Amino acid sequence: MADNMKPKELLFGPILDNNPIALQIIGICSALAVTSNLNTTVTMALALTLVTAFSNFFVSSIRNQIPSSIRIIVQMTIIASLVIVVDQFLRAYAYSISKQLSVFVGLIITNCIVMGRAEAFAMKSPPIPSFIDGIGNGLGYSFILIILGFTRELLGAGSLFGIPVLSKVTDGGWYIPNGLMLLPPSAFFLIGFIIWGIRAVKKTQVEKDSFTPAAHTRASEAF
Amino acid sequence: MFEHYLSLFVRAVFVENMALAFFLGMCTFIAISKKIETAIGLGIAVVVVQVLTVPMNNLILHYLLNEGALAWTGIDALAKLDLRFLGLLSYIGVIAAIVQIMEMVLDKYVPSLYNALGIFLPLITVNCAIMGASLFMVERDYDFGESVVYGLGAGVGWALAITLLAGIREKLKYSDVPDGLKGLGITFITVGLMSLGFMSFSGVQL
Repeated sequence: MADNMKPKELLFGPILDNNPIALQIIGICSALAVTSNLNTTVTMALALTLVTAFSNFFVSSIRNQIPSSIRIIVQMTIIASLVIVVDQFLRAYAYSISKQLSVFVGLIITNCIVMGRAEAFAMKSPPIPSFIDGIGNGLGYSFILIILGFTRELLGAGSLFGIPVLSKVTDGGWYIPNGLMLLPPSAFFLIGFIIWGIRAVKKTQVEKDSFTPAAHTRASEAF
Repeated sequence: MFEHYLSLFVRAVFVENMALAFFLGMCTFIAISKKIETAIGLGIAVVVVQVLTVPMNNLILHYLLNEGALAWTGIDALAKLDLRFLGLLSYIGVIAAIVQIMEMVLDKYVPSLYNALGIFLPLITVNCAIMGASLFMVERDYDFGESVVYGLGAGVGWALAITLLAGIREKLKYSDVPDGLKGLGITFITVGLMSLGFMSFSGVQL
């Protein structure tokens, strides 16, 4: 990872080729619960991108001073301080969104993307590429999150950013909202389908079978 | 009193399941659910850590961080402090410390369990379910007793979910799945269906 330092690849690679959510399955932890409407989704995406970028930057700046035995604690402290800044900022300037996000802002600390990038990239690279890498991974995360938020709010509530787009039956329109979209299971289904879509295009990402039945096996024998 | 705790426990396990209703601890949930044995091992580790960390963080909140929490020191200047903004940093510190201590204690006194849990223990520090339970405890303002029950419930719920998923995935690897859905994709859809199933508990009231 550390051998390609081209800013463009660092920035755009994580969006499709190496998406943190779809390929590396990291960072889904705190993300899905906030995607039922676009306001919280965009706030969360922005917050995570900033935290990843700056934590990468700071970890990378002091990477030569961190003793490797306590590096996790040092990284945690840096990340937690950044998240506290974001949390306090949201409380001060966007209180209602901060209430809706509830515990999930705090959970950016344990988001594997932030920690993963700090450990895998920032500890080995100079500050500026690390910063760009953080932004790139944040964008990869935001990409999936915004697709989810867009679909869920549009189909589930017929609106975008809280502004009605499809006129609902209850308001005398034609659209019957799909309530399932606002519930947790739909987020899992949508992620499954997004992964399917990405892998249909990028065949190299398809996983190998962990089990193949011997040739000429009948279905009843295979189990 | 007992009914209150029981209802809290059932709610934490089924209705507000950490993994299936709040998507917490997803990274490990998906990554370490290929085999039932490892899933159970990780599940037990999570239960133990939850039971320790949630009440511990509860004490930290009530005796150190809350507004006026330092009144027990008897010093006026301290009694006026409101340190809640340090919450996130202290909770993650407590979690990391407890996991570390647990690792050392198990290594010394119960080596067999330590070997079984081995690699999972350090992973637990960054498991969002642990941090999530502590943050929910703060948000819902549980007292000490409630926080013990809630920690237990949240841990058991998560352990139950990962064990169930591992059971399904062990069978799933023999199925003929479309190429793009193999592995990760189908796992997400399975989790979605499980989550749908768990939603039927949402009407449960004790």
